[in-house]
Amino acid sequence: MGSPTPLESGRRGEKIRGDVWMSFEPGEQSLELNLQSKLETLFGDSTRQLLLELCQGAGLKTGCLMVEDSGAYPFVLRARLESLLRLVLEDPRLELPVECNVTGKDALNTNPVPDRPRRSRLYLPGNEPKYMLHAAIHGPDGLILDLEDSVAPSAKHDACSLVRHALWSLDFESCERMVRINQGKDGIKDLASLGNAPFELVLIPKVETAEEVVAVAEAAPEKLLMPILESAAGVQNAPSIAAAHESVVALTLGLEDLTADLGVVKTPKGMETLFARSFVVQAAKAQGLQAIDSVYGDVADETGLRASVQEAKAIGFEGKGCVHPRQIRIVHEEFAPSEKELEKARKIVAAFEEAEAQGLGVVSLGSKMIDPPVVKRALNLVRQAEKNS
Amino acid sequence: MSDSLPTESILNAAGREVPIDINGEKTIPYQGVGMYRPEGKQASRLISTCSDFPSSGNKLAQAEGDMAARLKVALQNAGLKDGMTISTHHHFRNGDLVANALFDAAKDLGVKNLRWFPSASFPCHEHLLQYLEDGTIHHIEGSMNGPLGAYCSEGKMNGLGVLRSHGGRYQAVQDGGVHIDIAVIAAPTADAFGNATGDRGPSACGLLGFALADSEYADHVIVVTDNLVPFPCLPWQIQGQRVDQVVEVEQVGLPEKIVSGTTVVTKSPERLLIAEYIADFVRDSGILKPGFSFQAGAGGISLAFAMFLKEHMKAADVTAGFVRGGSNQYLVEMLEEGLTPVILDGQTFDLEGVRSMRENQGHQNTSPFTSYNYHGKGNFASMIDVVVLGATEVDVDFNANVVTHSDGKLLHGIGGWQNCLFSKCTVLAVPSVRNRIPVILDRVTTLVGPGELVDVVATEQGLCINPARADLIEAMQGSRVPLLDIRELKARLDRLCGGAPAKPKLGDEFVAAIQWVDGTTIDGVRRVLS
Repeated sequence: MGSPTPLESGRRGEKIRGDVWMSFEPGEQSLELNLQSKLETLFGDSTRQLLLELCQGAGLKTGCLMVEDSGAYPFVLRARLESLLRLVLEDPRLELPVECNVTGKDALNTNPVPDRPRRSRLYLPGNEPKYMLHAAIHGPDGLILDLEDSVAPSAKHDACSLVRHALWSLDFESCERMVRINQGKDGIKDLASLGNAPFELVLIPKVETAEEVVAVAEAAPEKLLMPILESAAGVQNAPSIAAAHESVVALTLGLEDLTADLGVVKTPKGMETLFARSFVVQAAKAQGLQAIDSVYGDVADETGLRASVQEAKAIGFEGKGCVHPRQIRIVHEEFAPSEKELEKARKIVAAFEEAEAQGLGVVSLGSKMIDPPVVKRALNLVRQAEKNS
Repeated sequence: MSDSLPTESILNAAGREVPIDINGEKTIPYQGVGMYRPEGKQASRLISTCSDFPSSGNKLAQAEGDMAARLKVALQNAGLKDGMTISTHHHFRNGDLVANALFDAAKDLGVKNLRWFPSASFPCHEHLLQYLEDGTIHHIEGSMNGPLGAYCSEGKMNGLGVLRSHGGRYQAVQDGGVHIDIAVIAAPTADAFGNATGDRGPSACGLLGFALADSEYADHVIVVTDNLVPFPCLPWQIQGQRVDQVVEVEQVGLPEKIVSGTTVVTKSPERLLIAEYIADFVRDSGILKPGFSFQAGAGGISLAFAMFLKEHMKAADVTAGFVRGGSNQYLVEMLEEGLTPVILDGQTFDLEGVRSMRENQGHQNTSPFTSYNYHGKGNFASMIDVVVLGATEVDVDFNANVVTHSDGKLLHGIGGWQNCLFSKCTVLAVPSVRNRIPVILDRVTTLVGPGELVDVVATEQGLCINPARADLIEAMQGSRVPLLDIRELKARLDRLCGGAPAKPKLGDEFVAAIQWVDGTTIDGVRRVLS
């Protein structure tokens, strides 16, 4: 018999900032709260009041709640208490009331846009509140609240509540909100524990078959999906994975796992995964999906990142994962169309507008007929360039 | 708690309650920026006579033993008595060994009720708490950092802490507000005549500008060095003609804590973004033009700002007229790459700065007299085009605090901060929140800088430009840097933090007075009830 799960949540320690640790001791006496806070003077009373109200609301009336606060924001206090009470009350779906700090009118509605730009997506470890707080100010196209590899197995339970509350509480501005769930059944459980939290897209890790995608699509019917191919088998099945469900909007890869699976060393030049990456682009485009490249891991190497994005763009990728906010601007700069590309696109758009004005069904530039997908691409390019400038 | 702390207060022109009496002197309440005009003659020191000093020029104190023992002899020679004022400088920062030994010596001599008048204190001076406890030191007038700040905040010090800017310290000496009986100047290199320099020697710190006023106005000046060189010590940043005694000791400071070997720029994405926004602001607002000037300190954001600005200067092919520091390797690179002809250096933060001061003619050492002094016939601070500073708190009227945190405890000195506010454009670089504590408030806990002198508050969310600077707001239209209304930003932060923080519980007693650059009192700090 294993030892029972300790009734604890959150984090503590000298280096912990903006977080809180809680533990619970069951007992017969009426609920007692023992708070030690670095912010006793400024927020001690309000923190006590918040925690007691939440416990009361959840029906917890007895026992002793121990809390060590290292400057946790209210959404973190709520998340950590929720995580703890899910254990204490043995209810994995328990949801404490969320607090919304977002003022934009549409912020709490999910707004799935299948073909929106996904040039950059910033990974945020799902159990680290401090990186979530200001994530949107760096302006990535997407923000990934990660429940998978950046979260230690022992912290997975806590991360679900933290991600749930972060999605409700924080202003992620115009970034597409993405969640990377865990693999297989764990991922389905992750989705259930997030409840109705507002986000647009699910990243599904280590996908090898179309069935895995369908299972997630059924568990998250209104979300867009981005499968991550991280094994030889996954890459091999890219075409069927791309076609698995209409919610799939993009394919991407995970190169660390893929190189391990291929039994090759991951190199900066990436020749060892050139085929896999090209094949994923091919499979995605054949299905009308976006092809999104993996991350560039060396955050200090700006030159290397630029070269890596240039290469990705040349192969056909439209986006890149980011592991540090400072990578975002470089990624955007390198994915931006060249002046030559833009010039051509503007000409096509002008020809399109002229053809429309004349009621012509066919767009032509000089003696060349322009196909509708080319017109659409040119329109997107010009619009995006205008938006970015 | 000390029973000698004042409680009676008067309201100053900024609407702040300040103590009526500061350590026996009548307070002059703050009257507004530029409103107070002191009159009369400057303070002076006793006439000295050349014939009292050895014609050989050898002023070495005849002393043996450890540093405290040698200082004891020098203090006896200087006629140390109860109630005197002793000054030290802070160029050795957290590596200072002299101030602690100095008061070990004073304790040994059995004197009481000394006033310590450092240009700043550091956590290494925690050693002196015992002398505040036993009455050797009556009180401190200087920055109250770390453990000394906590001690003062709890109301344990016997007198009021008086916090002055670097310029304000010079001004107080010239006013006669503070008369220094004995100045003890730790010198990285000196000769037996008392000429001294900070730019070389095992404890090299760059310059000794913070000790200049002390050398000029103290009745008795003691130079303490661990690197005695034959006459003449060149350059002589401190002139031997003003020095009474020279004490040779084994070690004056811990080099690794005086200057850092390498200066590390912040890695925090939010802080880097603040730095980038400010550099973009300097470019986009039109401040960046040939011959412009800027000042940036040694804080993480300031350093990163200088790096981003350097890129903008290169891209625009613009060179500065001069820059002011806090010098460090990044400013030195700008100097040596020809992006500025001159660094006007107030204190040197790393080994590259010290090297450059020795080697580069354009690396000029300065002092609070040249840069900040209110009683100068002008000073450099107002000539700078843009300065980047930090703050602990800012309020919606752009008033700023740099000495206490929101819990009311004294933790930092003013440094040159108040003086720098007089630049043509003052930017306060602050994260919008620190560990749930919002940095933007309705009213700062302690007023140190009036909002009319603060032009821009730069946070990772974007810039809040003081509405009084319509010209800057206009100039920034079309920039990619987000511009925010400070009240809206405050509301947003309050939502994130779960409301504005509660006010600290304070006693009636004042524990410190915050002086404005002209010697008036801009705010009082009250005892924090634990």
